[in-house]
Amino acid sequence: MFDDLRDLYQELILDHGLKPRNFRRPEDANRHAKGDNPMCGDRMELALKLDGEVVTDLGFQGRGCAISMASASLMTETVKGKTLAQAHQLSDSFRALAMTGSCPECGAELADEMERLQPLAGVHEFPSRVKCATLAWHTLNAALDGSKEASSE
Amino acid sequence: MSFDVRKIREDFPILAQMQRGKPLVFLDSGASAQKPRQVIGAMMRCMESAYANVHRGAYYLSETATEAYEASRRAVATFLNAARAEEIVFTANSTMAINLVAHCYGRGILKPGQAVVTSEMEHHANMVPWQMLRDAHGIELRYVRVTDAGELDLEDLAAKLKDGKVGLVAVTHMSNVLGTVTPAAQIARMAHEAGAKVLFDGSQAAVHRKVDVQALDADFYVFTGHKLYGPTGIGVLYAKHALLEAMPPFLGGGDMIATVSLAGSTWAAPPARFEAGTPAIVEAIGLHAAIDYVTAIGLPAIEAHERALVDHAMAVLSQVEGLSLLGRAQDRGGVFAFSLDNAHAHDLSTLLDRAGIAVRAGRHCAEPLHERFGVEGGTCRASFGLYTTPEEIDFLGAALVKAREFFA
Repeated sequence: MFDDLRDLYQELILDHGLKPRNFRRPEDANRHAKGDNPMCGDRMELALKLDGEVVTDLGFQGRGCAISMASASLMTETVKGKTLAQAHQLSDSFRALAMTGSCPECGAELADEMERLQPLAGVHEFPSRVKCATLAWHTLNAALDGSKEASSE
Repeated sequence: MSFDVRKIREDFPILAQMQRGKPLVFLDSGASAQKPRQVIGAMMRCMESAYANVHRGAYYLSETATEAYEASRRAVATFLNAARAEEIVFTANSTMAINLVAHCYGRGILKPGQAVVTSEMEHHANMVPWQMLRDAHGIELRYVRVTDAGELDLEDLAAKLKDGKVGLVAVTHMSNVLGTVTPAAQIARMAHEAGAKVLFDGSQAAVHRKVDVQALDADFYVFTGHKLYGPTGIGVLYAKHALLEAMPPFLGGGDMIATVSLAGSTWAAPPARFEAGTPAIVEAIGLHAAIDYVTAIGLPAIEAHERALVDHAMAVLSQVEGLSLLGRAQDRGGVFAFSLDNAHAHDLSTLLDRAGIAVRAGRHCAEPLHERFGVEGGTCRASFGLYTTPEEIDFLGAALVKAREFFA
């Protein structure tokens, strides 16, 4: 009945949705932000350690659907160790990927990271679910910019 | 007249269409119902041959449109068994009707220090206006508790009425999440004994049950057209005439005035006092057609059909492993909010959508109620209309079992 949904709910997504990585609050974090999808009740808190220009550690806690949990999990994995500029670039690229299914503008520099995020590209076919995938990245932007609240509404 | 759901479905063109290659199983009528040809046709005929502004022109078309608009008001009065048509005020929807009462009765009549009682069960439309009244006008706001079964705690209501400070009790007549039908006549009695007026939010109830505002002794009763198989943009406030007479206007503008001079204005009598500006004329005609439609089928027949659906849904859904239902009220209508143990509501609704099933996912504009039942992340909600069939509920049950396997 739901076989064609395996494109959206790939094994990797279900795995990260069920067992999110970096589901914790780094003790020495110095940047925090909350993300909220008021319409559906998804909510997360992101904490990261910014050491100079580099995101040396980050983790999140919260609740949400499989897509939002998996996206947050994969986000923490790909952003860890990146510079501020790279993190912002990944955020922009992921938005394009989630909304259109591809990112022709994405450069070669972060190609490996974008490859890692590719399983979430299927969400672009589900307009009401795009915001589930982008919530973590909105929250990351808020944390990096020093604002406290993010919403993907 | 016998109730033939196959024949009824033929009245609703949208139900014949495919959705993502599958027959549409529309289980979101609680959010907004589909429209029968009779409503669509009445609105088209109005625009094609009988349309002009109302209450303004001394020419044939305007007089025709005015008569049709006022005939709709009379039809609503009959539908609710109001004592007179002047007790019916047209609004945009239930939300606007409740805001009208919060403004005109809340700020206009209630005094700072008095209290309004609502409940944990309300959707935001019957909660936020009272919070705004509290903050702007010094009104205390009290919430009646909901029991674990999903019913209003009437002992708690009695306790909250006891000090005599309550000026208004504003509660739902049927929960949009739990399906609970509240004991409206009893609530009205309790409110009146404590010296309070009572407002019922009938957004859900008026669709599923015969409502008699005089038998309930309701002071205010609101419902909306689009859930009653009518168009969007038209809702109804019923209020006892003496209350409307005493209340100041809501919005200012044309139609609501008796006289206007540069120095000031005087107000028209109700209901015109509360209908500023050009109203939703075509939508009022559509609502009239919707009321004629459900009246011809018969509210008792619709209620019997839906009772059978509720019993069937209870049997089907309780067979789905890992499924939890919100609320187990004795008296309930065709609204079921549920969650699966291994799937989030949004993931679940995406799967069901793929099977052609339209359900609502989220918190259904009732965030506090979801917190009350410990499901802050939201639920899926299946809600029925007069066109819903037992086979559709079977299909939902089968899809839920498959969905649980999908996420296993």
